[in-house]
This record gives sequence, C-alpha cells and structure tokens, in this order.
Amino acid sequence: MSTGILVLVEHLKGTMADITFEMLGVGRKVAAAQGGQVHAVLLGKNVAALATRLGAADSVLLADEPSLEQSSAEVIVPLLQQLMAQKQASLVLLGGTNASFGLGVQLSARMKVPFVNFCKGARVEGGSLVLTSQLFSGKILSDVKLADGKGIVSIYPGAFPAEAGRSDKTPPVEKVAVPPGSPKVVFKRYIEPDTSDVDITKQSVLVAVGRGIQNADNISLAEDLAKTLGGAVCASRPVIDQGWLPLSRQVGKSGMSVAPKLYLALGISGAPEHCEGMKGAQLIVAINTDPKAPIFDVAHYGANADCLEIIELLKEAVEKKKTK
Amino acid sequence: MNLIVLLKMVPDTVEELNVASDGKSLDSEYLRFKLNDPDEHALEEALLLKERAGGKVTVVALDAPEVDDALFMALAKGADRAVKIPADQASLGTVATARMFATFLASGGGQITPDTLVLPGSQAIDDLEGEVAAYLGEALSLPYVGVVSSVSPVNGKVVVLKEFSGGMRGEFEVTLPAVLGIQSAEKPPRYVPVAKVRAVMKSAKIETADIAPPESAKALAVERMYKPEVAGRAQILEGTPEDIAVRIASLLAERGII
Ligand SMILES: Cc1cc2nc3c(=O)[nH]c(=O)nc-3n(C[C@H](O)[C@H](O)[C@H](O)COP(=O)(O)OP(=O)(O)OC[C@H]3O[C@@H](n4cnc5c(N)ncnc54)[C@H](O)[C@@H]3O)c2cc1C
Ligand SMILES: Nc1ncnc2c1ncn2[C@@H]1O[C@H](COP(=O)(O)O)[C@@H](O)[C@H]1O
Repeated sequence: MSTGILVLVEHLKGTMADITFEMLGVGRKVAAAQGGQVHAVLLGKNVAALATRLGAADSVLLADEPSLEQSSAEVIVPLLQQLMAQKQASLVLLGGTNASFGLGVQLSARMKVPFVNFCKGARVEGGSLVLTSQLFSGKILSDVKLADGKGIVSIYPGAFPAEAGRSDKTPPVEKVAVPPGSPKVVFKRYIEPDTSDVDITKQSVLVAVGRGIQNADNISLAEDLAKTLGGAVCASRPVIDQGWLPLSRQVGKSGMSVAPKLYLALGISGAPEHCEGMKGAQLIVAINTDPKAPIFDVAHYGANADCLEIIELLKEAVEKKKTK
Repeated sequence: MNLIVLLKMVPDTVEELNVASDGKSLDSEYLRFKLNDPDEHALEEALLLKERAGGKVTVVALDAPEVDDALFMALAKGADRAVKIPADQASLGTVATARMFATFLASGGGQITPDTLVLPGSQAIDDLEGEVAAYLGEALSLPYVGVVSSVSPVNGKVVVLKEFSGGMRGEFEVTLPAVLGIQSAEKPPRYVPVAKVRAVMKSAKIETADIAPPESAKALAVERMYKPEVAGRAQILEGTPEDIAVRIASLLAERGII
C-alpha cells in the first residue's frame, strides 16, 4: 500500500551525519514490511560526491546548488512537498536535529498529514506504522499509530542503528530542480566553536556539571577535582546558559560530542539532548540525588548522593590513591 | 520593535511523572508546573532587544496552571503587556495552539506590523507534534528560524545565530516580520525579586483575548503512554558519601585512569 519513503540526508560542512544512516535503516525496515521505495533527498552545495554513500536507498534525489549551502525551511519545504507528490511518498523521515528543526512541522501543515516528533521506535503492526516517541526529557514514552502509513517523522539521533542504513551499492542519482523564490532567510556564514580555552573533545577525563551544581561558585570545586583527575570541566546546557562556563564546554545536541575514558556526571539529569553528546564515553559515573534520574540508564556506575559532598571527598580519595 | 513572546507552562520534570488511568495522558494530580526553559530565554532576548532597539514587549499565553504567575513575572521584568487567551492549553494539540496564536496575531489583539518579531521558545518538552514556532511561521506566511541563540537588529532586518551540532553556529539574515524559535538568550535570564512581582500583581493587569479554538485541528491520537523501562544499566554504589568516594577512586585506579 505504501509507496515512496523520503529520507532527508543530513550533512554538515561536507561530512555525512550518522543520523542519515539511522534514517535510511528505518526507511529500509518500513519498506521491507510495507513495500515501496526509499529515496534519499540530498540537498546542498558541492554535495554530489556524498551520493555514493547512500547505497541503502533505492535512489538519490540530488539538488546541488550554491544557494543550498544552508537553506532555510522556506526553500526546503516546497522542494520536499514537490518530491512527495512526484514520488507518491507517504512517509518522510527527517533528523531530529537542530539543522532540520521545524521542517517537519511546516511540511506536515502543507501536506495535511500528521507530524510525529522525538521518534525513537518504529514497527509495522497489522498494516499500520506504530511510532514510539520520547517526551518530557525522556521520562515518558508514547505510542501513536499512523493508520494509513502517512506522516512526517522526526527521528531521534542515536535511537536506531546506523549500520542498518549503510551499503556499498551505488544508487542511481536523479537531479531535481529547486523551486524559484526569493528567500527571506539568507545564510551568511558558519561560526566555529572557540576552543582556544580548552578543547573538551580531546580530554580523556571530563568532570561534567549540571544544574545540580547549583551556583557559579561551585564550578571551581569541580575544576579542582578535574585538575586532580588530570582532565577538564564540561557542562550541560543550563550551566552554560547561566554563563557559568563558556559555550565551548557544552556537551550535547547543540554542543560537543565527547568520548573520554571517564565522564563523571555531577547533578545532570540525563536529558536525551545531553546524552546524545556523551553516551560514547568509556566509563560513565553519575552522581545525582534523584534515584530515578535518566542519567542512571546511560551510566555504568551511579550513586544517589549530593554531588557537592562527593566532589570534595572524591578529590581527597583520589589524592590518597595517587600517593600510595 | 513589536516583540511578541509566547509563554508556555510545562510539567516540572524534577517531580515524578505518572501516567493517568486512561493510559494515554499524564496524571495531573501531582503535577507541578513551571515556565518552559526556552521561553524564559525568549523573554530575556525580547527585553534585551527592547533595551537596544526600543519597542514594546507583549507576552501571550493560553490558560494553564500557574500561568498568571509567569505573566506577572514577565511584567515585573519589563514586559509592557500581558495577554491571556482563556482556552485550556492541555486540551489543545500543537496545531490548534498555533492556529489560535495565529488568529490572535492576525486580529487586533497582537497585530503584525512590519517591525514585528514573534518569539516563542524553540521547543517545549511535552510535544509530540512539534514546534509551535514553525507552525506559526507557516500559518502567518512569515519567515521562520529555530534554535536561535542571538538576535541583532541591522538595517531593518535581523541577524540571527542558529545552533547546529558540535558547537557550530550559523549566521542568517532575516527579513521582518518574522518568527524566531528562541533556544537561549545572549545573557542569562534576569532575576526579578519576589517583592517586585507582588507589587506588579497589585498594580498591573493581565488582559484577556477571547479566541475560539479551531474546530478542525485534531491532535494526534496517542495509543498508549507509559514510562520507559528503566534500563538500570548503572551499578549503584551504596554507602556513606565517604564510601562512595573511595569506591569511585578505586574504580578509577583499577582502570588506570588515575
Ligand atoms: C534543541 C535543543 C538542544 C539542546 N541541546 C542541549 C545540549 O547541547 N546539551 C545539554 O546538556 N542540553 C541540551 N538541551 C537541554 C536539555 O533538554 C536539558 O534541559 C538539559 O540537558 C538539562 O540539564 P541538567 O541535567 O543540568 O538540568 P536538570 O534537568 O534540571 O537536572 C538537574 C539534575 O541535578 C540533580 N541534582 C540537584 N541537586 C543535586 C545535588 N546537590 N547533587 C546531585 N544531583 C543534584 C537533580 O536531581 C536533576 O536530576 C537542549 C534542548 C533542546 C530543546
Ligand atoms: N499553550 C501555549 N501557550 C503559550 N505559548 C505556547 C503554548 N504552546 C506553545 N507555545 C510557545 O511555543 C513554544 C514551543 O512550544 P511547543 O510547540 O509546544 O514545543 C513554547 O516554548 C512557547 O513559547
């Protein structure tokens, strides 16, 4: 019954993002159950070469133009709308990323099909597509059914295996034209993160502080501990937003992705947007006063304790170990 | 500038969340509400823009628990007008909510002038169907950018920074009027003493704008709502804080980290 499935390819500055393969994997799974073809939509400036990596798709729909370097919703949405009609696509998969933010909503409004956000599970059940979304910072799940398989779905990064969407095949490429228009949102330039202070992606030990650290003065305690451990301090978003640490120290969806040997999470709840940036750490130890904090699902070791108390005691304990 | 900020109350996730007996919604009995984090930043960004470029800040909200507190807090911080639309936020889906705001803005209530910036938060945590900001852009045929962390007026337009991943940001020039989903303000949201909020509660008024909910905009039907199975991956270290610290130090030593 279902026909086309469109996957909007994500890449940033010439690098393919893993979410692309995760989405292609989901597309393949749905196509296997319901039939239909998977089309990868590749938009950007100088991106044609990336098409060879999209072999998991049945075809690549390519628009490679300078004006598409970082295009806004007003350019991408009409294009996706046109492609949905052309390919009789009933399902569109988008990345749940900052880059694709808002696209799904606008496309759904135009095509009059539902939009489902934060999707981290998908299965075909009796002919319907059942999607599981994660709400309230990961504390609640909700299932919705797309009875006729029609919808726009935003796929949560890291929720599906990327391997399922990789292939060595060379897909056929079809060029598509961008509908004309004079955009009111114009991309000017990228601004790189300033890591002249400390590059947290290169540290093997990170002491990460969240809202549980409570105030700016306590940051220096975490810094002392980090020094003792031979690492640096990083943080969740609220700490950065409060101005307690610079933007270059933020870990997560909008911040850095890190994979240190040790990630010591102090007073961090473990919201999905945070975990996205740190779940690859080799050893995750979390201290949180809330025994039900989601961070304990990604941590290897945890303790229900006041992080301010632990900081001091741990510093002493580490110093003692070192002098032994 | 005509700055319009949308404020939404969301359940405080510091409290335990439970599913109601219908298995399709949150149990509202013990829910505590707070202002959605990004909205606090949207308000701050609006106040900063008013200080820099002049103008008026209007805050608008649908009815929700404790929403009056949030509206008075905004007035105390420097908003010029607070408007409440007396329709229950909880009973409306995202699409209906966006349509109501669109109606409000298209009517005399909000009014979109050539120097209007509509500033919702970039996203709320309770949202199955996505972002009001993008729907509003669509419904009002206005340009939209989301995940914005800085807005500067330049020659009748605004230059905004949008966050990507890896700490990378993109600079965009946006023609006004426009809708910007604010993720964080350039400065931490200002603090306002409780005494000042109390004073404003006595002296200022919240306006009401009667907007009928749209009939056709149905929310997605939730089949089932449930708590995630706790993966329980972490091995929990028990004991006094001293014991815990010593255990962690040993773990690090065993792994050659220290
Ligand atoms: C588009 C978008 C992008 C985002 N990008 C990012 C990002 O890049 N990085 C990021 O981190 N977030 C990001 N977020 C925000 C994210 O959703 C969460 O709001 C944020 O991660 C929460 O930070 P937190 O855990 O420090 O605070 P909270 O969720 O408030 O948690 C604080 C925790 O501290 C615990 N605690 C309190 N006191 C103590 C104490 N004394 N000792 C020990 N524990 C204590 C509490 O139990 C609680 O679990 C983004 C959100 C959006 C919508
Ligand atoms: N019921 C509401 N009342 C006021 N503002 C809202 C409401 N719903 C959404 N918004 C605004 O839209 C933003 C995004 O919310 P959401 O679309 O629910 O993710 C919020 O941060 C608010 O600024």
